[in-house]
Amino acid sequence: MFISKFSRLGAHAIKSMVKAPYFTPRTSYLPVVHNHYLRTLRHEPFCTGAEKNADEGSEEKKKISVTFVDKDGEEKHIKVPVGTSMLEAAHENDIELEGACEGSLACSTCHVIVMDVNHYNRLEDPTDEENDMLDLAFGLTETSRLGCQIIAKPEIDGIRLVLPAATRNFAVDGYKPKPH
Amino acid sequence: MAIFGKLRWISRSFTSLPANPLRICVVGSGPAGFYTAEKILKAHKGVEVDIVDRLPTPFGLVRSGVAPDHPETKIVINQFSRVSQNDRCSFIGNVSVGSSVSLPELRQMYNALLAYGAESDRALGIPGEELGGVYAAREFVWWYNGHPDCRNLAPDLTSTDTAVILGQGNVALDAARILLRPTVELARTDITSHALDALEESSIRKVYLVGRRGPVQAACTAKELREVLGIKDVSIHVKQADLVTTPADEVEMKNNRIRRRVYELISKAASSGPSPPLPGQRELHFVFFRKPDRFLESDDRSGHVAGVHLEETTLEGDDLGKRIAVGTGIFDDISCGLVLKSIGYKSVAIDSLPFDHYKGIVPNVGGRVLSDSTGDLPQYETGLYVCGWLKRGPTGIIATNLYCAEETVASISEDIGKGVLTSNSSKPGREGLLQLLDSRNIRVVQFDDWEKIDAEEKELGNLKNKPREKLATWEELLQVASE
Ligand SMILES: Cc1cc2nc3c(=O)[nH]c(=O)nc-3n(C[C@H](O)[C@H](O)[C@H](O)COP(=O)(O)OP(=O)(O)OC[C@H]3O[C@@H](n4cnc5c(N)ncnc54)[C@H](O)[C@@H]3O)c2cc1C
Ligand SMILES: NC(=O)c1ccc[n+]([C@@H]2O[C@H](COP(=O)([O-])OP(=O)(O)OC[C@H]3O[C@@H](n4cnc5c(N)ncnc54)[C@H](OP(=O)(O)O)[C@@H]3O)[C@@H](O)[C@H]2O)c1
Ligand code: FES
Repeated sequence: MFISKFSRLGAHAIKSMVKAPYFTPRTSYLPVVHNHYLRTLRHEPFCTGAEKNADEGSEEKKKISVTFVDKDGEEKHIKVPVGTSMLEAAHENDIELEGACEGSLACSTCHVIVMDVNHYNRLEDPTDEENDMLDLAFGLTETSRLGCQIIAKPEIDGIRLVLPAATRNFAVDGYKPKPH
Repeated sequence: MAIFGKLRWISRSFTSLPANPLRICVVGSGPAGFYTAEKILKAHKGVEVDIVDRLPTPFGLVRSGVAPDHPETKIVINQFSRVSQNDRCSFIGNVSVGSSVSLPELRQMYNALLAYGAESDRALGIPGEELGGVYAAREFVWWYNGHPDCRNLAPDLTSTDTAVILGQGNVALDAARILLRPTVELARTDITSHALDALEESSIRKVYLVGRRGPVQAACTAKELREVLGIKDVSIHVKQADLVTTPADEVEMKNNRIRRRVYELISKAASSGPSPPLPGQRELHFVFFRKPDRFLESDDRSGHVAGVHLEETTLEGDDLGKRIAVGTGIFDDISCGLVLKSIGYKSVAIDSLPFDHYKGIVPNVGGRVLSDSTGDLPQYETGLYVCGWLKRGPTGIIATNLYCAEETVASISEDIGKGVLTSNSSKPGREGLLQLLDSRNIRVVQFDDWEKIDAEEKELGNLKNKPREKLATWEELLQVASE
């Protein structure tokens, strides 16, 4: 299980390097992010993927602007180091984005909606595995993604992400709320 | 003796709270219980939440349901454990509401939120259901996941080469995967050793997944399906004729992304076709449009199942997405020595609790328990709420309970705002509960006791290269908890 996930993430990483010319190629890119995230949660000292690889090229030091729009419509503007996932970024900035499986692509609670189609199109296509989890996301839209799978890169500078509204759509998995 | 220590500890933890905090008892420590606790604690600084569970272990189906080969799904227990660390929250295990303490007693001490899940099974109501070798999938899952109530289930996996699983939901797929997956792969998971040993000896080579509707209506989701289709050394069998879709099917798929993706995966698996079977290779058969009519008894093993008699079905009804399977009067059999009924869990009523026996849920509006829904104006039970599978019925993933908890907590917050729920010195909360349990000689298991179980399980697992070796009997669990 772990092995297959690893290779899957590896494949995703390779794909993203091929597609994203600004990237300094490095191996095991996503797993680094993942481990870093787990460490953050355990409150252990850590260095971000970007810092760790600072000597690999100035591109890595860059931060991009990201706006989160929360459930009440309030906006929060943050700077996110290139290479960091939106889930990590949200948690480092006290933004209430769930992440039940801590970025392992097994829960769909980190669902975000990309507000601008242009930004959405600049992201890698979701893998089958991400689509499988998106199937179960609440309030799925055409530009929905999983926050743990969106990794900051210069092309998406200025991206705006909406947290799905509190008025949920329970239709997932066959359930519809009915007043008695 | 122990109780004094506890009471002292409790009075200490009261210091940061108002003299008379609002006390809420969450019954059930699964996702619904923990998510509601988390949200109440966050929204109301003056509220104290205790989570009781009938087991000595927390986390509900995340421990006893989620498959051993899904470790990522279980990561959510980190978040639940952080909730338990909150000063205003306690886990109190080994307390069964309805037997250790009655619901009316509990409600005298607390406002109550019921999230005790679904611990029974929908029944088929057909002849032969009581035969040996016919199990509810819940029992089989509890057995391999180490729920102490099914430690001794001992399903016979050695007298037959065929298992039939009725139902095509994700639980059915979990069970199929456990039966078919190479045991060397399972050995690296937290599956219980008693189950692993039995699976290593298993003679089951063929598993039939039987659905009463078609591939477009299969209740499973794409991730689980992809996994079961990808098991090493298993050939997949689907009848081409079952894949023919009707215009109604097409509309259903157009309207529902899950249904479309599930259908695509099944038809892709069918078109790549079973390669000529290698000797000893295992087989997974998807059987559609068949509903169970009765179980057949074995001639040479009296009282034991020998097969399932199935009736062919077609779909009827205009309500797309809810078309039902009706029998055509044409029958066929599948011979098998093991049957798992995976047609859904069912909640159990306790004490005086209002209960809708037809739906198997506690009647509620937005999580407020209805005492009487017959009149024009709904009547609610004061200080009684519900969440999770007990509120909605036994469907939905872990995340569904998060949104379900948001809804119930919104109702609670509204009631606190309206003054319906107020802190009340006549509700003694934890102190009262612990005293009552002590007088009944019930030894509670608190979160730090669970941590002893957790540490022991991880240590035992370490010796076998597994993430943990679950303690699967009541005696062992309570023994380690009290060390
Ligand atoms: C086999 C199986 C596998 C699953 N796998 C996944 C998966 O991989 N991913 C996913 O997202 N979802 C999965 N689910 C769904 C998920 O587990 C449920 O949505 C969720 O657990 C329901 O939460 P709950 O809190 O309502 O109930 P539960 O999790 O069942 O929790 C109920 C708790 O109440 C306790 N309890 C029961 N009776 C009493 C009583 N009288 N007094 C005190 N305590 C009591 C129980 O011990 C239990 O701890 C699975 C479900 C099953 C059945
Ligand atoms: N990995 C995961 O995410 C995961 C794993 C396990 C479980 N879960 C979730 O847990 C929930 C419960 O799963 P589940 O599999 O128990 O339930 P489920 O998804 O509701 O599936 C029940 C199955 O039983 C069939 N069925 C019901 N009554 C029947 C009858 N009388 N005769 C024949 N067939 C009958 C249903 O067919 P019809 O459709 O025709 O009614 C369906 O195929 C689901 O929401 C599931 O997604 C998730
Ligand atoms: S955090 Fe679970 S899928 Fe993203």
